[in-house]
Amino acid sequence: MEATLSAMPSRRDYSLLGRDAKRAVETGLSAAEWYHTDVPRKQMKELMKREDGPAIRDTIIWLGALILSGAGGAWFWGTWWCVPFFFVYGVLYGSSTDSRWHECGHGTAFRTQWMNDAVYQIACFMIMRNPVTWRWSHTRHHTDTIIVGRDPEIAVMRPPDLLRVVLNVFGIVDAWHAMTDMVRNAAGIISPAEKTFIPEQEQPKAIRIARIWTAIYAATIALALTMGSFLPLMLVGLPRLYGAWHHVMTGLLQHGGLAENVIDHRLNSRTVYMNPISRFIYWNMNYHVEHHMFPMVPYHALPRLHELIKHDLPAPTPSILAGYCEMVPAFLRQLRNEDYFLKRALPPTAKPYREELHNDNHAVAAAAE
Amino acid sequence: MSDWVEACDAEDIDEEDVMRFDHDGRTFAIYRSPDDEYFATDGLCTHEKVHLADGLVMDDIIECPKHNGRFNYKTGAARGAPVCVNLRTYPVRIDAGKILIQIG
Repeated sequence: MEATLSAMPSRRDYSLLGRDAKRAVETGLSAAEWYHTDVPRKQMKELMKREDGPAIRDTIIWLGALILSGAGGAWFWGTWWCVPFFFVYGVLYGSSTDSRWHECGHGTAFRTQWMNDAVYQIACFMIMRNPVTWRWSHTRHHTDTIIVGRDPEIAVMRPPDLLRVVLNVFGIVDAWHAMTDMVRNAAGIISPAEKTFIPEQEQPKAIRIARIWTAIYAATIALALTMGSFLPLMLVGLPRLYGAWHHVMTGLLQHGGLAENVIDHRLNSRTVYMNPISRFIYWNMNYHVEHHMFPMVPYHALPRLHELIKHDLPAPTPSILAGYCEMVPAFLRQLRNEDYFLKRALPPTAKPYREELHNDNHAVAAAAE
Repeated sequence: MSDWVEACDAEDIDEEDVMRFDHDGRTFAIYRSPDDEYFATDGLCTHEKVHLADGLVMDDIIECPKHNGRFNYKTGAARGAPVCVNLRTYPVRIDAGKILIQIG
């Protein structure tokens, strides 16, 4: 199966220690100055303003629904009635935590910092992302968004490994890596790649968290063995697998099939209109161009930011389905031609791209094919 | 060490806000706190050299616009990842409605 889903070896080197990483630094592609839409300071201050209210409300709903659905699943365990409860619980555990991790990591969800920190730690545990490692990897993702060799969070590299993508709908590859990384960190080992983005003074914190988590998972497994039941694992750990599909579905749309090595988020990120339930689970990260351009703006203000700057952005993708209808064919085409990508068209009201800053001739040719 | 430089009018900066000031090839950030005091720091984030004047002032914190790193702009102390290195601060005084900073 892999042979049909994989293409020839990539000319790109996505390793954080590799050839393309060095080249990105040497050419100034790394840590470059990115395009920003002009927004008057007064309006931007209004948009950046922090509040506790929206995130407290959403967190009460989220945790309340998590507890109720988990309790329902446990109550009906052993019957088919537990399935809808675990369906909801899984998405709240294995997908909602992707956006909670993200927003609280930015420190924008709540005005009160300890609230950001508390939800961040809970969400990190559920989504299986070491809170230290991932804070720093996400910092790099914002510095060098989809820059080959620099961005540690490129979800689909070229040529796309579609088997990996499909397995990750059930969290299989990501959870496996998360577990092996956790055990390695718990043993006191920080990998050479991790050392490229985690400052030395932060590394012991990553190790300490990994040890705590290892103890929690060991206790959960011990409880399951003692009870002779999968139920403890259905509540802790496994939801990262059976509930991952929603965050994978929305997350792939963020940058999938779009340009690499450009320094304009309008080219490499995608804003998608979504239904209210997905937007609650995803905390408005469907406004992804806006988020990358202005990461200081909290999730609850992103719709307002979108209205303010949409004249300068590519037309938003109208739905999740529409996003997949353009992205999947692009992935399939990249199996044959890894230089192919979806080039975003700007409206006439937008400031033009600075082609000389962010495109190479191969990429332009591939997009024009 | 008495290099007091006039930066701008005190009223040019809104309460709980920040303004960029460039001088002699250097860049600074000048802050007006919610209780109407003025402060000055280096203008670029110690993490990745982003202009702090595009960031958000909340109480005594300036948050970097790129990665949300936080500093106490009154002391320069780094207060939240990804910033680890403190900001340099500069004395400020108001003279006849003008903000002066000592950039020795």
